[in-house]
Amino acid sequence: MKSFVIFALITLALLTFGLYQALVAAPTEATMGDVQRIFYYHLPSAIIAFLCFFANFGASVYYLAKRCPKSDAVAVATAEVGIVFCTVVLITGPLWARPVWGIWWTWDARLTSTLVLWLIYVSYLLLRRYSAAGQNPVLCAVLAIFGAVDVVFVYMSIRWFRTQHPAPVFGGGENSGIDPRMAHAVYWNLLAFSAMALLVIWLRYRLERLRQQVDEAHATRAIAGGSR
Amino acid sequence: MAASATAIPPSTKSGRKGGTPTFGDVLRATLAKDLRLEWRSKEAINSMLFFALLVVVIFSFAFDLTAEESRRIAGGLMWVALLFAAVVALNQTWARELRNQALDAYRISPAPPEALFLAKTIGNFIFVILLEALMAPLFVIFYNLRSVGPPYQLALAFVLGTWALVSNGTFFAAMSIRTRSREVMLPLLLFPISIPALLAMVSATSTVLTGEGDAHLSLVFLAVYDVVFTIVGLFLFETVLHAE
Repeated sequence: MKSFVIFALITLALLTFGLYQALVAAPTEATMGDVQRIFYYHLPSAIIAFLCFFANFGASVYYLAKRCPKSDAVAVATAEVGIVFCTVVLITGPLWARPVWGIWWTWDARLTSTLVLWLIYVSYLLLRRYSAAGQNPVLCAVLAIFGAVDVVFVYMSIRWFRTQHPAPVFGGGENSGIDPRMAHAVYWNLLAFSAMALLVIWLRYRLERLRQQVDEAHATRAIAGGSR
Repeated sequence: MAASATAIPPSTKSGRKGGTPTFGDVLRATLAKDLRLEWRSKEAINSMLFFALLVVVIFSFAFDLTAEESRRIAGGLMWVALLFAAVVALNQTWARELRNQALDAYRISPAPPEALFLAKTIGNFIFVILLEALMAPLFVIFYNLRSVGPPYQLALAFVLGTWALVSNGTFFAAMSIRTRSREVMLPLLLFPISIPALLAMVSATSTVLTGEGDAHLSLVFLAVYDVVFTIVGLFLFETVLHAE
């Protein structure tokens, strides 16, 4: 519990510093103006969302192989946190695109892949929610594997079959020639949001473990013959 | 009732009395049983056919199209109608095995689960292909279609696209009957995963119908999609069947 509080405080400090870096320290972008600052939240969220989904896939495979309840708890936590960050990406993207590209949304490969990924993981959470308690980790792990295989196809299909929409040039980002203060803001925010994601995943993991233990205790008592 | 009897075939057929049924035995027996059941009841095909017809009619009311426009979007309309209609049949695939605990009996039998999955997929494939054959004339009439590109590509797009739909659909139907909200769950699981296949199907179909571009890439994509997801499905089906 103590280490958790310490970690939470560090995260808070990092988030504050990241906010300062993004809103004050980083220079205003020449052509886009202040709107560009949303990028400091957009990119870290995207990276964390993809890492979460990747971790979810790993935990799911491990669960199917070893049937270890801890890996299932990791899968739940990473899927939920991944969805939250993916949602942040999908909201901040259009907010930025409207003033800069002049449109809210375009069916370009990166945007559409992210949206489809989000849809797949929402269906994953629905399955978690609506399946009978005992079998749901197995079914969800299977769905996670299908989803991970599907992501490759999603990306390729959108690149090949939706080409009538030109992919817009991604302005102000990891291109060479970025102002070092901007790069700082990106890195600090990436660190801060990673810490926050880890913190929430940790919390959710512990909650899920507790739930598993409660279920187990109920099951044991039922087997022992107690009908209360 | 013989209708929902388990899929274990008489093992004497393969000449190995008392032995476990082979992959081929189970596949043949399950497929034959499903086809016979469908032949007698016509449950899946009737509901699919009427459902697809309704979707086609509703689409043509919803969009008032010129001949040229309709040729351009007919590929998309056709696949959306088939996707919705297929869900109707897919939901019945496993639900009928729940009666008389046929699925439970299957679970404790030593028969290979992959054979059951493959038989169900082939059965659904036959139903949906039949549906497409019956629906195609309707589409041609309602949307003034004709194949501008090579017709064999159109046929190939339908075969590959249908397999993509039913192999994933059969798998997710087996998953969704394990959930509390059985029928509702299937489209929620199937549609997101099917998006890339749908893109390729629509792209291939529209390319042939309008004669613009080449459908070759989308057909190869569909073939790869079919192979990969059929393998993943065969590989993971036992896990889903025995999920406790």
